Amino acid sequence: MISTSGHSVWRRQAHASLVILKKNVLLYYLKPPVLIFGVVFPVFFFLAFKMGRNVPPGGVVPGMVAMALWFTASAIGPMVTPWERGAKTWERLISTPVSIRSILAGDVLSGFVFGSAVSVIPVILGQLFTDAHLVNLPLLVTGILTGALTFASLGVLLSSPPASSPSNIMLLSNLVRLPLLFVSGIFVPIEQMPAWAGWVAPLSPLSYASAMIRAAYGSVPYFPVWLCILMLLIFTSVMFAASCRFHKMYRAKGL
Amino acid sequence: MVDEVTVNEPVIRVNGLTRKFGDLTAVDDISFQVGRGEIFGFLGPNGAGKTTTVRMLTGVIEPTSGSATIQGHDIRKESILSREHIAVVPEQANVYLDLSVWRNLMLMAELYGIPRNRRISSGERLLEALGLFTRKESKARELSKGLKQRLMLCAALVTEPEVLFLDEPTSGLDVQSARLIRKIVTELNADGLTVFITTHNMIEAGDICSRVAIINKGRIAAIDTPGRLRSMVRQGRYVEAVFVGQSPPSQKLESIPGVIRLESGQGVFRLYTEAPGRVATLLAVQTAAMGFELEQLNTCEPSLEDVFLYYTGDGGSR
Repeated sequence: MISTSGHSVWRRQAHASLVILKKNVLLYYLKPPVLIFGVVFPVFFFLAFKMGRNVPPGGVVPGMVAMALWFTASAIGPMVTPWERGAKTWERLISTPVSIRSILAGDVLSGFVFGSAVSVIPVILGQLFTDAHLVNLPLLVTGILTGALTFASLGVLLSSPPASSPSNIMLLSNLVRLPLLFVSGIFVPIEQMPAWAGWVAPLSPLSYASAMIRAAYGSVPYFPVWLCILMLLIFTSVMFAASCRFHKMYRAKGL
Repeated sequence: MVDEVTVNEPVIRVNGLTRKFGDLTAVDDISFQVGRGEIFGFLGPNGAGKTTTVRMLTGVIEPTSGSATIQGHDIRKESILSREHIAVVPEQANVYLDLSVWRNLMLMAELYGIPRNRRISSGERLLEALGLFTRKESKARELSKGLKQRLMLCAALVTEPEVLFLDEPTSGLDVQSARLIRKIVTELNADGLTVFITTHNMIEAGDICSRVAIINKGRIAAIDTPGRLRSMVRQGRYVEAVFVGQSPPSQKLESIPGVIRLESGQGVFRLYTEAPGRVATLLAVQTAAMGFELEQLNTCEPSLEDVFLYYTGDGGSR
């Protein structure tokens, strides 16, 4: 046992979050199917919608980046707690001197790192093989990082229901993520969507990340950049607080 | 009746702890203390509330009412601080199956903030002591049940706990693993580790526990040392006699003053009594007078199993 004297509780908990990040990477994120799914699925999904429409190759890239970010940062987060509940490792984890908040922060960090890293792939592919013209790199990096943080928080929020079977959470996850994807201006710019869609789009965090990424490639953003950053941070805070609350409520369910 | 025992230097203090699941009261107003350096056994039949108690004390579930402290830290108000002093070995080995033995160990040590040098040296020492060093790089899923349970014990001990919670640690294990786990726990206890162990194994409890509590239907039925608990169950005491050659008739033995009942089989007679010393003397004198020669004469206390059955309602009326 380590004495608490001389160590701030905050530092200890932050360190524990990094240990959880390391555990998640080793156990869940570095699996070949996860890596392949993270890269291939967004590319094919986007190409399926692009085919038959008159969109220049360079115009595809911002959407591909946003999709890759969306599907990777929020992909594994919903599954981690159900997997751990099913394997009975959750009980051991919550009996360690690590708060639920720190465990979940570690889960968010995992999705954040994975989503940010994988999103670099479509950026590089776009630069190498299309006429996509990146005009604002800092804005792209900001969009990817804030988006990854928000989508990873969404993933962790989706892991809150006390299910020991990951398939139930997978269903819920897709029920939430797919509709949000369609209203976020990835396939059709928000200004070209029907009026009702224009009202719904601000409810999706992907709309803001997508707007920033598009702006980085030279499009006029639908939302001001400052509003995008603010909204993504608000989404992150609200979703993380909600997931902490729900995980505390359902802490011992299904043990 | 449960005596309120105050122990020296209590590490665990439990006061009126209760846990309800809907209408079911799994743990009902239990109170006890565990002193520094004790091996405290928590015995009870299935569903008695043992695991629920462990889960409350280890911060996995919240009590409905009552309070408990570990090393002076309230398990509800200072949950994280109280958990810094403990480690848990659950009944079902819940290691990360896709991580190696070594990674499992280091992960737990890192979560407790054990510095790198210390966690590496103590990790290697523990793997050596529990016979896992050669399996250091094996995935946990490749280990047998006994080896997984040893790994769980390593992963708990590498966190340098002051209090170790063991929930049925040797249940269903091979003899070697069970014996090794008991040996390590006893050795660590000799070095000052406090141990809280739930078990069904009465021989194990009798051998290693300094005190035991018997819990039944969520309530504590008795707490004391195994020896004193055995002596408290007076109806379970008996005199055992074996005769050379022919044995006296059962009616003669049953009529000895103080004998409550007689059991016999294969030439062994058990005379149950609340006063075994007096009955043994009378037995020796009276049978000698009748011309019978004794080969063996022993006074016996009830086993911890008898005590357990007595307090959990399956051993006759109290």
